[in-house]
Amino acid sequence: MGPEVLRDLTFDIPRRSFQFLTGPSGAGKSTLLKLLFLSLQPTRGLVRTFDRDIATIPRDELPMLRRRIGIVFQDFRLLDHLTTYENVALPLRVRGKEEASYRADVLDLLKWVGLGERINVLPPVLSGGEKQRAAIARALIDRPELLLADEPTGNVDPPMARRLLSLFMELNRLGTAVVIATHDLSLMDQVDARRMILSQGRLDIYE
Amino acid sequence: MSEAATRPQPQEGNQKRPEMRVRPTAPIVPPANVSGNALMFVIAIMAFLACLTYGAVSMVRATAASWQSQISREITIQIKPDDGLDMEAALRDARDLALTFTGTKDGTIVDRAATARLLEPWLGEGLDLDELPVPRLVIITIDEQNPPDFGAMRQALTETIPQAFLDDHRTWVNRLVTMARTTAWIGMGVLILVFSAMVLTVVFATRGALSGNRHIIEVLHFVGAEAGFVASEFQKHFLKISLKGSFAGGALAAIVFAIAGYWQNRTLATPESDQATALFGNFSVGVSGYLGIAATMIVIALLTTLTARFTVMRTIFEIDRIRSDPARTDDLPDT
Repeated sequence: MGPEVLRDLTFDIPRRSFQFLTGPSGAGKSTLLKLLFLSLQPTRGLVRTFDRDIATIPRDELPMLRRRIGIVFQDFRLLDHLTTYENVALPLRVRGKEEASYRADVLDLLKWVGLGERINVLPPVLSGGEKQRAAIARALIDRPELLLADEPTGNVDPPMARRLLSLFMELNRLGTAVVIATHDLSLMDQVDARRMILSQGRLDIYE
Repeated sequence: MSEAATRPQPQEGNQKRPEMRVRPTAPIVPPANVSGNALMFVIAIMAFLACLTYGAVSMVRATAASWQSQISREITIQIKPDDGLDMEAALRDARDLALTFTGTKDGTIVDRAATARLLEPWLGEGLDLDELPVPRLVIITIDEQNPPDFGAMRQALTETIPQAFLDDHRTWVNRLVTMARTTAWIGMGVLILVFSAMVLTVVFATRGALSGNRHIIEVLHFVGAEAGFVASEFQKHFLKISLKGSFAGGALAAIVFAIAGYWQNRTLATPESDQATALFGNFSVGVSGYLGIAATMIVIALLTTLTARFTVMRTIFEIDRIRSDPARTDDLPDT
């Protein structure tokens, strides 16, 4: 077993809250997000998600809990054989929803993130910024209770970053707890939100 | 205010553009790729070989059974000429005596002309049987299922006609039975080997084709798809591939047998055909042969589908196992 990446952390993500998670590279932001996304268990200590101890959740219950969490992967994780529209609609499709029931919502969201003209384009043709916006749209499409995003504005220009930030805030206003991991100070300065700063495995919270 | 008006509107120019159409939804698993096509070819080749082997083995078994059956259906009474022996009467007596035994069906005396024909290849035409001490034959057809008591028949014949000798072909039958059984067992062994090779090839080729799709399984798993859903998507995909491949291979094998059977029928009674028939039997595999080919196709389809299911479930299990093993976090996608 390797060294402990995170230790002596105590915090909570309240419902409907909005926070930035920041800190130097290697501080453990990704590990913390993986813990929150249920893709990692703590070696010791207690992490509760949706009032459940994540170390004791049975495997077959994980998909249902993950449906309540939207995640923006740092490397986007778009499927290259599906169009932008199909990638964004994927979470709804795997939930067994009929396409007619979500088509308008997906198209609206794609227009909002500036991909209205790219709905039939495959990811290999998209630019880095477009892929990032598609990944964000996929995370938002089912209005999750918790949204986790790692550097969601890392590949977009400042106007689009502001636009995406307002989208996250809109989602937060509708009831989603948002955690944005970022190094972008100018982005954090645009919102008066809670800041969680990770450094050398320790967490300082500025309300 | 309408719902559309309250939705955030995209940035647009003054000119209205026509609404873009969404293409028909693509399957979650990519329909065709290099590994999928390679798998289809592998399945087609293995199905062809397996079906060909199955057909060949059933042909060999049928031929072996027919050898055994033909020779054990008859026994022969041989009467050697002797001074003072009325050959024709002795032949009739021998036949009548043999037919009194239970288990005999019919008796035929090989007449003089037929005997001469039998000897013609060695002694030439125009043979006068009276000049040579040529034994004469009575052929008795017996019930294979309920053969007569050969010992009692032999004794009765010897007592009545001392010059008579009963050949029940047991030595030949026993040898042929042994040979036929050995041939059938060798055939079964070859069939088992080919089927084992087919099973292993199909399983490993399916796993190989799936390994290129691990990222799809991960993404589906992380966007909330249940393991059963992911498995069923891959199952459907691999079922299609295996059905196409096994149908192509099975159909090709059936065509090969049909063509061989057609050629045999067309060239009936020619030396080539006779030689092929003597060596391999009848090329027709019959209904059971074609059913076997269909069963092989079904087995391959099931095998591929089940392998796909188990591999997907195992991949998901692996992803979840990493979750509880912090030393392996590098394998997880970056959040």
